[in-house]
Amino acid sequence: MSVQPALVARDIDAAATAEGKGTRRRSRRGSEGRSGNSSWSLTIVLLLCAVTVVIPLYVTISMAFKTQSQSVDGNAFSLPAPFSVEGFVTAWTLTDYPRAFLVSILITAGSVVGTIILGALASFAISRNWDRRLFRWSFYYLLGAMFIPFPVVALPQIQLTGLVGLDNPLGVTLLHIMFQLSFSILLFTAFLRSIPAELEESARIDGASTWQTFWQLIFPLLAPMSATVGIFAFLASWNDFMMPSLITSDPSLQTLPVLQNIFQTQFSSNYNVSFASYLMAMAPAIIVFLFTQRWVMEGVTQGAVKG
Amino acid sequence: MTKTTAAPPARTSHAARPSTARPRRRPGVEGIYYAFLLPSLIIFTLAITLPALIGIFFSFTNSIGFGEWEFVGLINYIAMFSDPAIVQSYLFTFGFATCTVIVVNIIAFLLAVGLTAKIKVKTGLRTIFVIPMVVSGIIIAYVFNFLFSNSLPTFGQAVGSETLSSSILANPDLAWIAIVIVTAWQAVPGTLLIYIAGLLAIPGDVYEAADLDGAGKWQQLLRITVPLVAGYIFINVILGFKNFLNAYDVIVGLTDGGPGTATRSIPMTIVTGFTGGDYAYQMANATMFFIIVVVISLIQLRLTRGRNAR
Repeated sequence: MSVQPALVARDIDAAATAEGKGTRRRSRRGSEGRSGNSSWSLTIVLLLCAVTVVIPLYVTISMAFKTQSQSVDGNAFSLPAPFSVEGFVTAWTLTDYPRAFLVSILITAGSVVGTIILGALASFAISRNWDRRLFRWSFYYLLGAMFIPFPVVALPQIQLTGLVGLDNPLGVTLLHIMFQLSFSILLFTAFLRSIPAELEESARIDGASTWQTFWQLIFPLLAPMSATVGIFAFLASWNDFMMPSLITSDPSLQTLPVLQNIFQTQFSSNYNVSFASYLMAMAPAIIVFLFTQRWVMEGVTQGAVKG
Repeated sequence: MTKTTAAPPARTSHAARPSTARPRRRPGVEGIYYAFLLPSLIIFTLAITLPALIGIFFSFTNSIGFGEWEFVGLINYIAMFSDPAIVQSYLFTFGFATCTVIVVNIIAFLLAVGLTAKIKVKTGLRTIFVIPMVVSGIIIAYVFNFLFSNSLPTFGQAVGSETLSSSILANPDLAWIAIVIVTAWQAVPGTLLIYIAGLLAIPGDVYEAADLDGAGKWQQLLRITVPLVAGYIFINVILGFKNFLNAYDVIVGLTDGGPGTATRSIPMTIVTGFTGGDYAYQMANATMFFIIVVVISLIQLRLTRGRNAR
């Protein structure tokens, strides 16, 4: 998913606050706490709405734990009886899960690290040399990727990566980094502007080089932004289907989401196996989200996404 | 971190540039800054700019992706307008994007209103509603594919509905609805979070005043809340529309463009150029698509700047 509301979020926020002539602090309390007691009726309506979110996830989990015979009985919503892990066992070998997981995790880790490091370095150079045309133009140039969806450049990219031997997970990683870069540069440059110049000057007076200043002072300060950038890079990369499916030519180097298509063609009636496999491919992203949801939610509104 | 720090220098006026806080002219740029910037610039140019230029170049040729080719001028572009497959993919994609934008924004806005009101288990509910955002599109499409082609027909037979008795994914007139549902399922969370931010920015005393004036809850929603989050509605509509034009994963997982080519999106059509032998022709299609996305983005920038200036 790509979410990039960041560009505008601040203005609007400012506009809304100005219109209401209230401070942020006050407004937050105001609209959240205005009507006395919590409403049970509204809570129940929302819980019912939440069911639509939960149903597909519930079906995935319950199907995954069914036996082969129960999975084809036509009732998708029944609980597994008996409880069986045979689906997982078969899916594990069918998709060669350890290898596919490794490919997925390497691409994802590479994208996260690459997006953070390249983005932070470039943003630091840009924001500290904003009075130089080259750096200023580079900023707009790198941001331009927001206007180029992958499908537009897909065909030449498939061709070029094939020509230079990057039609593999490494090529996918590089492309993931490049498509995430504009979002990370946007967040990092905004944050870098808020770091007081005195801080850096005092580091320099102590004799630190630019390289040292960056790694020992700036990069640690960027940690909250890096967390947001990293999580979005993780989600975009782990869940991506289009790029790896088109760029990677060797099926044995395919990522988890792409491999799930074997259940659409060859093993289409082994529902317990296919759902076990879907679950094993989705679970890592959901688990990461549950532990990092604060940054995910803040990230969307702060600088939010595209993808 | 407050949201104010997220402002990109891109929009800042001359007066607000970061440079004003720093010396106007330095003796020279330290070499290491180039070393910091160049890796990004070089990889970006090779990975994105170069392919884009190559694509545009080949859109004026008759290349099939390899071997010899020659310039054919604008023939590819002209041919697109009378190609039913292309016209259909544009009609489908724009129709689908429009529908989905409307559905997603209405649902997300109402949920956001509910989730910012005084309710029980607020944090838990927010977590649940955001989960679809982090699930892989292709995989959830496979899950829904199963529900639409197995469970829904069972239900249709039970209630005696003829239309629902067979899979709606195999019905050329209804398949798009399934795609809208699944895309909306995934897109609501991002939209919802932006609306929540918008609603939290509305000061409570506005509602207190309305209460005193005797305005009802619905009146307050329509006359106060909606106008005050108009900016957020605008962002969500534009961003959503741009995203939905790129629909690929969900459609591949649900219908793979079928039945026939009824639900083939523009990106899916472009990608056929790789195997279908009409490489140059689909590059013209991609270029056209690119121009459309840029125009929408420019409208977005222009309108948000307009708001900003106010």
